[in-house]
Amino acid sequence: MKKLILGNEGIARGAYEAGVKVATAYPGTPSTEILESASKYDEIYAEWSPNEKVAMEVAIGASFAGARAMVAMKHVGLNVAADPLFTVSYTGVNAGLVIVAADDPGMHSSQNEQDSRCYARASQIPMLEPADSQEAIDFVKFAYELSEKYDTPILIRMTTRVSHSQSVAVLGRRDDIPLREYKKLPEKNVMMPAMAKKRQEAIKTRMKDIAEAASDMWINRIEMNDPSIGIITSGITYQYAREALPNASILKLGIINPLPRKLIESFAAKVDRLYVIEELQPVIEEQVKSWGISVIGKEVFPSQGELSANIIAEKVLGEAPKAGLPQRIPARPPVMCPGCPHRGVFYVIRKLGLHATGDIGCYTLGALPPLQAMDTCVCMGASIGMAHGMEKARGRDFGRKLVAVIGDSTFIHSGITGLIDVVYNQGNSTVVILDNSTTGMTGHQDHPGTGHTLKGNEVPPLDLVKLAEAVGIKHISVVDPFDLARVENVLREEVQRDEPSVIIMQRPCALLDRSPKAPVEIDQDLCRKCNVCLRLGCPAIQKKQDAVIIDQSLCNGCGLCISVCRFNAIGRTGEQDER
Amino acid sequence: MSAKNILIAGVGGQGTLLASRVLGKLFLSLGYDVKISEVHGMAQRGGSVVTHVKYGDKVYSPLVEPGGADILLAFEKMEAVRWIHFLKDDGMAIVNTQEIDPMPVILGTEQYPGDLDELLNELCSNPVTIDALSIAADLGNVRVVNTVLMGALARHLDIDVTKWEDAIKATVPPKTIDINLRAFYSGYNDCQE
Ligand SMILES: Cc1ncc(C[n+]2csc(CCOP(=O)(O)OP(=O)(O)O)c2C)c(N)n1
Repeated sequence: MKKLILGNEGIARGAYEAGVKVATAYPGTPSTEILESASKYDEIYAEWSPNEKVAMEVAIGASFAGARAMVAMKHVGLNVAADPLFTVSYTGVNAGLVIVAADDPGMHSSQNEQDSRCYARASQIPMLEPADSQEAIDFVKFAYELSEKYDTPILIRMTTRVSHSQSVAVLGRRDDIPLREYKKLPEKNVMMPAMAKKRQEAIKTRMKDIAEAASDMWINRIEMNDPSIGIITSGITYQYAREALPNASILKLGIINPLPRKLIESFAAKVDRLYVIEELQPVIEEQVKSWGISVIGKEVFPSQGELSANIIAEKVLGEAPKAGLPQRIPARPPVMCPGCPHRGVFYVIRKLGLHATGDIGCYTLGALPPLQAMDTCVCMGASIGMAHGMEKARGRDFGRKLVAVIGDSTFIHSGITGLIDVVYNQGNSTVVILDNSTTGMTGHQDHPGTGHTLKGNEVPPLDLVKLAEAVGIKHISVVDPFDLARVENVLREEVQRDEPSVIIMQRPCALLDRSPKAPVEIDQDLCRKCNVCLRLGCPAIQKKQDAVIIDQSLCNGCGLCISVCRFNAIGRTGEQDER
Repeated sequence: MSAKNILIAGVGGQGTLLASRVLGKLFLSLGYDVKISEVHGMAQRGGSVVTHVKYGDKVYSPLVEPGGADILLAFEKMEAVRWIHFLKDDGMAIVNTQEIDPMPVILGTEQYPGDLDELLNELCSNPVTIDALSIAADLGNVRVVNTVLMGALARHLDIDVTKWEDAIKATVPPKTIDINLRAFYSGYNDCQE
């Protein structure tokens, strides 16, 4: 059956057809749909793990136990999972194990632009790179064959434009792969120095064997046209190059680690001018150059951001298709939704003049105008350790003006260890957990705190209060973030306290809370145009000429603006008389 | 047929995703190769969003490039201008006249440009405008703005409207088929140069 599917759905379909039994992930754009889609197959056990490291370990366990397994994550997730990654390279697998990393060239929704191909080289794990949804299916199936044949995990590199493009694919049937026998094999599965040293030999042999076989793998192909221009490329850049240079000869690589050297050498011999076109780091280019082959790469192509057909046409042919210039118009940055429970907390942090170490999630938008209430954002979970470090560096007085702000999913992902550190090492940090009962940023995935699993089972939710208690926190408050007066009082009190404390701001994401609330409006006669309500940064509250108005079609009725108005000018629509 | 390129631009939350799903089903049912690309995640929170739709005998890159769009379907007026340089010289812009203020305008640090109509006329030959929000409101549901705009698009693509109907029916929730079809035809009939 032919269907239009996302690259990510192709990955899940490939896993299904390859007989995968266990699939795991922690969400992260642009990888999230892989597990959302895999979970829809009854034959696949699929889970959101608390973070990528755990997800990787669950998949490794499943593979060792004899079931084909997959783990998926965004590029930065591979940092979190790097510890098991580097050593599962040593152990190898029992049943096939595929690790999918989705890179985000151009940083559409990421904090950095790291290139996962460097991980493949550093960990000595073979890597394949599909260029569309059909290849996503086919390469995943092939990856399981390779994984079992060569006793190695296989990495698959996706990028945003492959993950999030729909293209036509033919869906096939599932292979029912029986469980492999489970054997206790300490020399292979217990990595301590003596055993690990022996496994290095296995890695060396397998990478050599795969490198040799790579030149004959069907996942690479040469499209021989005019030999005056030759292109070596893979993944999405193949599509850009094919579109920009219809007459060029192209070697499209399916395996990008190890590289198929013989194939590349024979292609290089057939063309006059040879380019390597790859997004981000010169991973292929540097290897090809090291073999004495002369290629043009990052001398002309940028190593930051995305490439495109126009960029390739310009760099290779010297001219890009004609296009006008972008107009100068106001930017349209993303904003917290009307009714977002995070908004009021940042409003108060700003009002109290506190510093806030921040974290990653929808709430990172609290760093933007007009709230501008977040000082830092480095990686998931960093807020708590960083607040602790700031206090240790600058002393207690600074600590009294400082909070750590972290989302619920992020706290469970990697904030909890930071909190343990604060207690253990006698810090006094005030940690604000923004508990909106979901992983909002990536499109509302469940997590251990929501009480639901990816497969839709109901489970006891992780109790954040008891968890904080068990860590040793003595001062824990649970606050409704719409109650601004209480948010302010609790924050004031807790930052002063010479002990660590946790404040849990509890209210579901506005996009999930469907309880009807009457919208709110401004009585123009009472409004003094002080603009305080505008400081909430709510998209429904708008300055029009001289007046401030509330767009009734956007207002979600949360009522935050009612509490910040000092002139009682804001009220529920249709309740004017009651005020 | 060489690939035809459509760019759909709008504001996160306006329902551009539904439009791209309908288009995907439509072009697939006509036997074309199709690619549709959009960025998920951060931008959807009220930011500027864009969907690339390409169809033809064979499509390689999923992205429409600056200077490469046959049609720009803009769900919002300022977004039309933001993406107008993606149009080919002879490309066509179909523009919803709805205006949605971005945060810098809401805060009063920038102005919503007052000269967008002139700019559009200057930057592309005869843009087609449609007040899809009013049409949707008259139909009693402002959420069908996207289907109204699909009707306007259908007017300018040489494709049998029954095929459009099938694609819409196969995409929207069953309970909303009726209102969506009415919206589609309102857009189709409104949009005449
Ligand atoms: C290591 C890593 N994994 C995943 C992501 C993608 N990601 C960004 S924020 C986030 C979670 C946000 O959830 P939460 O903390 O509950 O905040 P919310 O968005 O709901 O406000 C995720 C999964 C990431 N940036 N880094």
